[in-house]
Amino acid sequence: MSSAAEITRAQVEDFLFEEAALLDAWRLDDWLLMLTADATYRVPSNDAPESQPADALFMIADDIRRIRERVLRLKDRNAHAEFPHSRTRRLISNVRITARDRGLMGDELHIEANFVVVRHRRNADIRSFVGQYRHVLRVTPEGLRIAQRKAVLDAHELGEMGLVSFIL
Amino acid sequence: MKPEFVIHDPANHDFQVNRRALVDPVVFEAEMRRIFDTCWLYVGHESEVHEPGDFKTRDVCGRPIIFCRDSKGEIRTYLNVCRHRGAIVCREPEGNAQGFFCFYHGWSYNRDGELDGVPGAASYPPSFDRCKLGLAEPPQVASYQGFVFLSFNPDAQPLVDYLAGAKEYLDLIVDQSPTRRMEVIRGTQEYDMKANWKLLVENSFDDYHLMTTHSTWLNYMKRSGVEIKRPDKTQVGATMPAHGIGKALGNGHAVIDNINFRGRPVAKWIPLYGEAARPEIERIRAELFERLGEARATRVADTNRNLVIFPNLVINDGSSVTIRSFQPRAANLMQVRAWALGPVEETPVARAVRLDSFLTFYGPGGFATPDDVEALESVQQGLASWREVPWSVMSRGMAKEGEQLNTDELHLRAFWLQWAELMGDVAGDVA
Repeated sequence: MSSAAEITRAQVEDFLFEEAALLDAWRLDDWLLMLTADATYRVPSNDAPESQPADALFMIADDIRRIRERVLRLKDRNAHAEFPHSRTRRLISNVRITARDRGLMGDELHIEANFVVVRHRRNADIRSFVGQYRHVLRVTPEGLRIAQRKAVLDAHELGEMGLVSFIL
Repeated sequence: MKPEFVIHDPANHDFQVNRRALVDPVVFEAEMRRIFDTCWLYVGHESEVHEPGDFKTRDVCGRPIIFCRDSKGEIRTYLNVCRHRGAIVCREPEGNAQGFFCFYHGWSYNRDGELDGVPGAASYPPSFDRCKLGLAEPPQVASYQGFVFLSFNPDAQPLVDYLAGAKEYLDLIVDQSPTRRMEVIRGTQEYDMKANWKLLVENSFDDYHLMTTHSTWLNYMKRSGVEIKRPDKTQVGATMPAHGIGKALGNGHAVIDNINFRGRPVAKWIPLYGEAARPEIERIRAELFERLGEARATRVADTNRNLVIFPNLVINDGSSVTIRSFQPRAANLMQVRAWALGPVEETPVARAVRLDSFLTFYGPGGFATPDDVEALESVQQGLASWREVPWSVMSRGMAKEGEQLNTDELHLRAFWLQWAELMGDVAGDVA
């Protein structure tokens, strides 16, 4: 795998599109393979988008252990909010590489991308989640992996989106 | 005459709620006037505004409210509306303000709510008295242990009387701080549920649903090293891993009061908190025992309490301390707001445990709340058949003498009886 300096926006886009395809297909075990062994997944509360989970209340602040637990939960038919699974469709655009770092664990890219995730569920309204991904991708011998995955919603409150019960 | 909404017949161990109470817009409008306009309603916590001029804008039962500190640092609540022609005078969610300014015609108010700027004031007749045109305040505002309430009813009984037995449970919260000062932590979970607000009251302290609605959370706890025991067979009808009771507290307030099995930031360590946090949680526990003595410290640290303060405030004092208030919007819609509460002197390690522990169960991305929302929205959908299937059964525990379990429904009945009384439904014994 090339170093962070050589990764192009197009490669990052391909990677994000692949991730979106896996999530929309609910291929969650395959999705886990796109994460590093120390990955985090965070969705801050709408009124504190710049905070840290150690001193502000988030909606989701998972370490890798809880990400795996979340996947186990979502595969269980007793995760009622997602049984049957909602149908989602992700549109990702405006992808930018905002920084390239040499981290302790390897070269890393800080990326930002806009997203629209539309959630369809039987007997429910169509719900649109609009916001920005702020991820840290790590360059590993196996290819790009997600080390930090953060979804920041634009809305002032979660409101009619209701829940973040799927992987946003 | 037979009650329309709530059948309460202790002699025959019968308690039923008519589902029309959960779907009919006419009932909803009546609730707004007879319940929300007469009771005490939660506004916010004193810790959310610190300095003179600090403010938060809130919606309290449909009214725009400014929750703030005045020039002397006293807590005030103003109706967020210009006395001139009715525009909102503060359009920001939070901040610090010298005063409040209506951009429509330029009237301005100081931190004490006084009208201090009127462009072209000379055009008003001599009878124009700006002293009478300050920002309006609700007829009553009061606080208990830092929790601030208002009432739109000038004749509402004093807050301390209204809270009745709920006071004991608010005391147990502030005892978690060495200086008896708790603070709301930054970050608000605000989300809608397409369900009647009373369904969330029921759900917030209904332990009967835990085993089936939240089995994925229980599995997660188990895999994280929390011991989940089988229900105690000697307790009739028990379904929970630990003993707990349901209790009515007066005025429609009620609680479930449970032996803790799921950890508490103050202060019962569980493996989920991580070994690194263990010494800190044990230090907090030791401080608690030193300060309060064994009996009181055990009460604070080793029981979990889900409290409903009638009509729309829930405090879950368990895996974390959550304040959850919900604003009814329509018979089938509510807006929920939830905050985390912690001791002001909490260390970064303990604060991180508290916030992480909150998310294991609670909130729109938690491992349990989403399934509660699904349950309540599913109920609301089912209730469309209320004309054909009009009655919900709420009689668990009615034939038992003495103690009522957390999985019984005494506490739900206490809420509904108060609701029926305020609504003018003929409650009480049918016989």
